[in-house]
Amino acid sequence: MKNKYSIFSIIKNAFSYNENWQRAWRDPEPKKEYDAIIIGGGGHGLATAFYLAKKHNMTNIAVVEKGWIGGGNTGRNTTIIRSNYLWDASAGLYDHALKIWEGLSQELNYNVMFSQRGVMNLAHNLQDVRDLKRRTHANRLNGIDAVWLNTEEVKKFCPIINTSPDIRYPVLGGTLQRRAGTARHDAVAWGYARGADAMGVDIIQNCEVKGIKRNGDSVEGVETTKGFIKTKKIGVVAAGHSSVIANMVDLKLPLESKPLQALVSEPVKPIIDTVVMSNAVHAYVSQSDKGELVIGAGTDAYVSYTQRGSHDVVEGTLKAILELYPIFSRMKMLRQWGGIVDICPDASPIISKTHIKGLYFNCGWGTGGFKATPGSGDLFAHTIANDEPHKLNADFNINRFVSGDLVDEHGAAAVAH
Amino acid sequence: MFLINCPYCGERDQSEFSAGGEAHIVRPKQPTELSDDQWAEFLFMRKNIKGVQFERWNHAHGCRKWFNMVRDTSNDKIYAVYKMGEKPPTK
Repeated sequence: MKNKYSIFSIIKNAFSYNENWQRAWRDPEPKKEYDAIIIGGGGHGLATAFYLAKKHNMTNIAVVEKGWIGGGNTGRNTTIIRSNYLWDASAGLYDHALKIWEGLSQELNYNVMFSQRGVMNLAHNLQDVRDLKRRTHANRLNGIDAVWLNTEEVKKFCPIINTSPDIRYPVLGGTLQRRAGTARHDAVAWGYARGADAMGVDIIQNCEVKGIKRNGDSVEGVETTKGFIKTKKIGVVAAGHSSVIANMVDLKLPLESKPLQALVSEPVKPIIDTVVMSNAVHAYVSQSDKGELVIGAGTDAYVSYTQRGSHDVVEGTLKAILELYPIFSRMKMLRQWGGIVDICPDASPIISKTHIKGLYFNCGWGTGGFKATPGSGDLFAHTIANDEPHKLNADFNINRFVSGDLVDEHGAAAVAH
Repeated sequence: MFLINCPYCGERDQSEFSAGGEAHIVRPKQPTELSDDQWAEFLFMRKNIKGVQFERWNHAHGCRKWFNMVRDTSNDKIYAVYKMGEKPPTK
């Protein structure tokens, strides 16, 4: 039984110099067989395992991770959470996640530092204004909070933005979702891992999947670096490496994997208390609790698994940041990194069964998966446990690329990629 | 970020080029005969290989010509560059 984290446990452990904290999760060797195996120990994978155990009573399951948990895109994103997507299907999906976020720290007994500081999307030209106003209306029809701000209101909400009409791409207004915000990304992975582990889920790190064993049209297990593990159900949540797993069973996915970069500055005192994103000039910025500016850049425009990204992409982003926030002109950047994102042609994810029995994919989150972590895990767990999708992810099946019923969310991807 | 040896202009910075995705996906000869599955295969489904991949590139900020390239996507190492219509190198 896991000890509950509380103010009392903090006091109690302080007396023993914090040397007696319980391990947050075990480090088990894989069993011979599980009822289900989740490939990928990032936020989405761990959340899937957590909800499989919690809501569907499937506790004899394992998460296999080739590196360490949360070491992939979960620890590499810019931690932004919002649900202001255009289409009904997306609104349902992302707002489902946002509602879970609002109670997640309590649900996990783990502080994920969810902060509803608002996300503002800027408009820089007439088409931006039209698109963003349309999206605001669509959001409100779907019960998602969204307001349109004119230039003065943008300036009032975030005073450091340069709203002069003389800049190259002047700010003509923006939308604001106040329920949106940020969370501590590592804590999300750790919280779900701890919660899943407490219910009996085996989290197996440093265990890379090398192959998937099939028997006719159904799966039999996975070949890993720690040996063969038998199972009837496999949930693949491998983000940028989804196609690598799919190629093991000759399944083609509509994905392209590209490096997406982010960077942080040296820490400074509080200067920006919200998240500001701009599609047209391709820049977004927020400030972490440590004081670093967290800046997201774009993807490299070619397939690559290199987890770094090109210098010219960062340069372009910083140019835009400086034009919008001249106050940052003497900031120094501390760290830069890349993660591999799997991008779908319609910029919407796939949470779906496949034509192979017992093989499920949760992928294609592209450049914006972090915000959906709890909802994605919940819906994917439902799909795996019942062998059919929840109504909220029914539209996000693989077959939409055959039927043509795409969920085009390029406009709501916040910055174009 | 890397250098690309354009078959027409020589070695240039990658930022001058735009990637055109997987190469040698043949355009259907009789589009009207295609089933939905075949259309999906042609339009959307990709191998997205981690490793050596054949792909199309365009020298967008140079000669604006298309060509093919063999690149290892796990380390961005380029093995060969060849013109459109030429046979892909076997190794």
